[in-house]
Amino acid sequence: MPLYHNDDQAMLKDSVAPFVAEQAPVSHLRKLRDSADATGFSRDLWAQFTEMGLPGMLVPEAHGGLGMGHMEAGIVLEEIGRNLTPSPFLATSVGAVAALAKAGGTQAGRWLPAIAGGEAIIALAIDEGAKHRPERIATTATRSGNGFRLDGKKSFVLHGHVADMSIVAAKTDGGITLFAVPKDAKGLTADPRRLVDSSLASHVTLDGVEVDADAVIGEVDAGGEILDALLAATRTGAAAEMVGVGQGAMDMTVNYLKERKQFGKLIGEFQGLQHRAAHLYGEMEVARATVMKAQQLLDEGSEGAKLMVSVAKAKAGRAANLAVREGVQMHGGIGMTDEYDIGLYMKRDRALAEYMGDVHYHIDQVARMNGY
Amino acid sequence: MSELDAFRTEVREWLEANCPAEMREPIRDEDDVCWGGRNFKFKNAAQKAWLDACVAKGYTVPDWPKPYGGAGLTPEQTKILKQEMKRIKARSPLDSFGIWMLGPALLQFGTEEQKVHYLNPIARGEIRWCQGYSEPGSGSDLVSLQTFGEDKGDHWVVNGSKIWTSYADKADWIFCLVRTDKTNKYQGITFMLFDMESKGVTTKPILLISGNSPFCETFFDDVEVPKTQYVGEINRGWDVAKYLLGHEREMISGGGAGGDMLSIGGAFAKAFGKNEAGELDDPILRAEMAAFDVDVFAYRAMGERFMDMWKTGRAHPASSNMMKYVGTELNKRRHELVMSGGGSEALEWDSEETKGGARARGWLRTKANSIEGGTSEVMLNVIAKRILDLPGA
Repeated sequence: MPLYHNDDQAMLKDSVAPFVAEQAPVSHLRKLRDSADATGFSRDLWAQFTEMGLPGMLVPEAHGGLGMGHMEAGIVLEEIGRNLTPSPFLATSVGAVAALAKAGGTQAGRWLPAIAGGEAIIALAIDEGAKHRPERIATTATRSGNGFRLDGKKSFVLHGHVADMSIVAAKTDGGITLFAVPKDAKGLTADPRRLVDSSLASHVTLDGVEVDADAVIGEVDAGGEILDALLAATRTGAAAEMVGVGQGAMDMTVNYLKERKQFGKLIGEFQGLQHRAAHLYGEMEVARATVMKAQQLLDEGSEGAKLMVSVAKAKAGRAANLAVREGVQMHGGIGMTDEYDIGLYMKRDRALAEYMGDVHYHIDQVARMNGY
Repeated sequence: MSELDAFRTEVREWLEANCPAEMREPIRDEDDVCWGGRNFKFKNAAQKAWLDACVAKGYTVPDWPKPYGGAGLTPEQTKILKQEMKRIKARSPLDSFGIWMLGPALLQFGTEEQKVHYLNPIARGEIRWCQGYSEPGSGSDLVSLQTFGEDKGDHWVVNGSKIWTSYADKADWIFCLVRTDKTNKYQGITFMLFDMESKGVTTKPILLISGNSPFCETFFDDVEVPKTQYVGEINRGWDVAKYLLGHEREMISGGGAGGDMLSIGGAFAKAFGKNEAGELDDPILRAEMAAFDVDVFAYRAMGERFMDMWKTGRAHPASSNMMKYVGTELNKRRHELVMSGGGSEALEWDSEETKGGARARGWLRTKANSIEGGTSEVMLNVIAKRILDLPGA
C-alpha cells in the first residue's frame, strides 16, 4: 500500500478539515477555557461529530460503526490537533474502541454501539503516577463474591469525571485484567484537575469498587494483549494529533515570518530564520510519514507495528515540540501573550507529549525492541 | 499464480543459476565495486561473470527500455528484482554515474541517436563517466561557473578547470557543464559530453582527510569538443543539470550516502557488554543510539512515502532537497555514533582487523555528504524559498 492517502481518505480529509476548522477552531477552546467549563469539551460539538459518524469510525460495522482504520482516525485527529479542539475522540473512539473490539464479548456488545451512537464517553484509567509506566500497574482486582473488588489510584485519566464508563487496568493473580467500570460504581471517585492546556484530567480512586464478573473486558489475566492494543491505538492517535499541533504551529509561524517586519525587512527574509523554518519543515514531514507508517502497520495487523508505534510517538513528539518552541520564539514578544494562539499550541503539545508515554519512554522502548 | 508472482519465481531461478557465491558477500572495499569502463580490471572471474550475465539479461539497468540495453521492466517488476537481489545479498553487478545520473538525463533530454549511442555502452559497463560540475570558484553556486567553450563552428574549444570530479582519474568520459554564453548567467551554459583522453584534458587526485582520493582536479586546455556532443539545447544545459541533480539527491537520500539505515544500537551491544537488565552498558550512549534509531526508522518511513509520492507525481518538486538534507545529516550522525561505539578500535587507521581503518575512513568520508550535491545550507535555502515560500532573494 502506498504511503499517502488514497482517494477515499483524501475525501474524508476534505470533509473533516473544514468541519473542524469551522465548528471548533482555537476560539472554541478559548471559550471553554474562559467560561471555566466543567466538562472539558462541548457536548454540542460531540453531537455534530456523531452526525458525521466520527465517534464510531473504528467501531466494527457489526456493532454499528464504520469499520474504518487508524489511517482514517488519524485524519480526524490531525485536524483536532491543528485546531486544538477539546474532544473525547482520542480516548473514546480510538483507545477504548481498540480495546473493546480486540476483546469482543459482553462489554464490546454493550459499549461499542453506544460509542458509535455518540452516547458513551469512555475514560482510560491506565497510568498511576506522574509518568506513564503501564508495566508497573499496581491497582489490584481480587475475587469477591461472583465478581471482583478493585483497589488503587489512577492518574491522568482524561474525561474521567464525566465518563460513562472507565476502562481500568488492574493486576490479577495471573496477569493483567481490564475492567469496564460504570460511572455510578460505588467506591469510584474522580477528582478532575485543570491541566496546562485547559483540558481536564482526573485523579481516580478505586476504593473497594465491586464489579460483576462480566465487567471483565476479554478474559481474566489475559488483559495484556488488550491493553497493548489500547496503548498502540492511543499512542498512534496521540502522535497523529501531535502532527496536527505541530503543523498548526508551523503554519502560523511561517505565515508570521511572511508578514512581520523588523529592521525594514520581512523577518522571513533572514537566512537565520529561513534555515530553522526549513529544518522544522523536514522534521514535520518525517514525523508525518512515520505516523502514517505506524497507522498503516496497525491497520494491516503487522508484526512491525509495535516498533513503529513507539517510533511514531517519539518522532512526532520531537517534531511537534520543535514546532511549538520555534513558534513561540519566532513570534517574539507577541508569542508570549495569552491573546495570541501560538502559546496554546505549546501547552497542548506538552500535554500530548506526556500522554501514553513521552519521547524518552518510547526511545527506550525502541532500544529494547532492538535488543539493547 | 499472478503475473508478478510468476516473474518473481523466474527471477529467483535466474539469480540462483547466475549469481556466483562470491558476489553474495558484502562489499568490503573499493575493489569489490564493479565500475566498468575501458581501464577497469575485474577483481576476479566471478565479478566478470556476474556482470556478463546481467548485461545479457538487461539487469544492469532493468527499468531502461530494451533498445538501450535495459530489460524494459515495469516499476513493479523492477521492485521485485531488487527485492530478490537483496534477499540473496547479491552485489550490484555494475555501479556507475552513467547509470545513476547521465542515463536518466539522456533518457529525458537525449536525441534518439544519442540514446542508442551512449546508453547501450553504459548498460554494458563499457564507459565509465565522471561529472564535471563544480569549479574552484563555484561549488554549490553553479551558475557562477567559468569554464568556457568558444564556438568554432563545428566544435567548441573548451578552457577551464573543474574540481571535486569524482574518479576523474579513472573515468573514460565526462559530462560537463560549460559556459557557452558569457552574457547570460543562467541560460549560457551547455551540457557537454567528451572523452577524457581528448587532447588537453589532465586530472590530479586530491588527497582527502580520509586518506583516500576519490575526487580530482580536472583541467581543460584547448580541448576540442564536437558540436554533436551536447545534451538538450545549447545554452540550456542548466535544465539538464537540474534534472540530473534531482536524481543525484534522490540517490543520495535514498540510501547511497544515506547509509544502510539499519538499527545501530544492537550492533554495539557486544562491544560494550550488557548490564543486568540486558541494556547496553553505557546509558548515555545507549540513549543517543536509541534516539538515532528512532530517527532512522522514521526516515525509512519518509523514504517510502517520498518514493511513493515521487513516482506518482504527488511530491513537491523540491522535496528531494528535503530528503537530501535530512538523509545526509542523519548519515553523519550515524558515523559519529559508529566511532563512539567502536572506541579505540575504530581509531585504527591501517590494521588488517579494521579493514584498513574502514570505520575511521568512512566516518571522515561522510563529512562530505552535506557538502557534495549541494550543501545542507543550500538545501535549506531551497526548502525555505520553494516549499515554504519565504520572501527574499
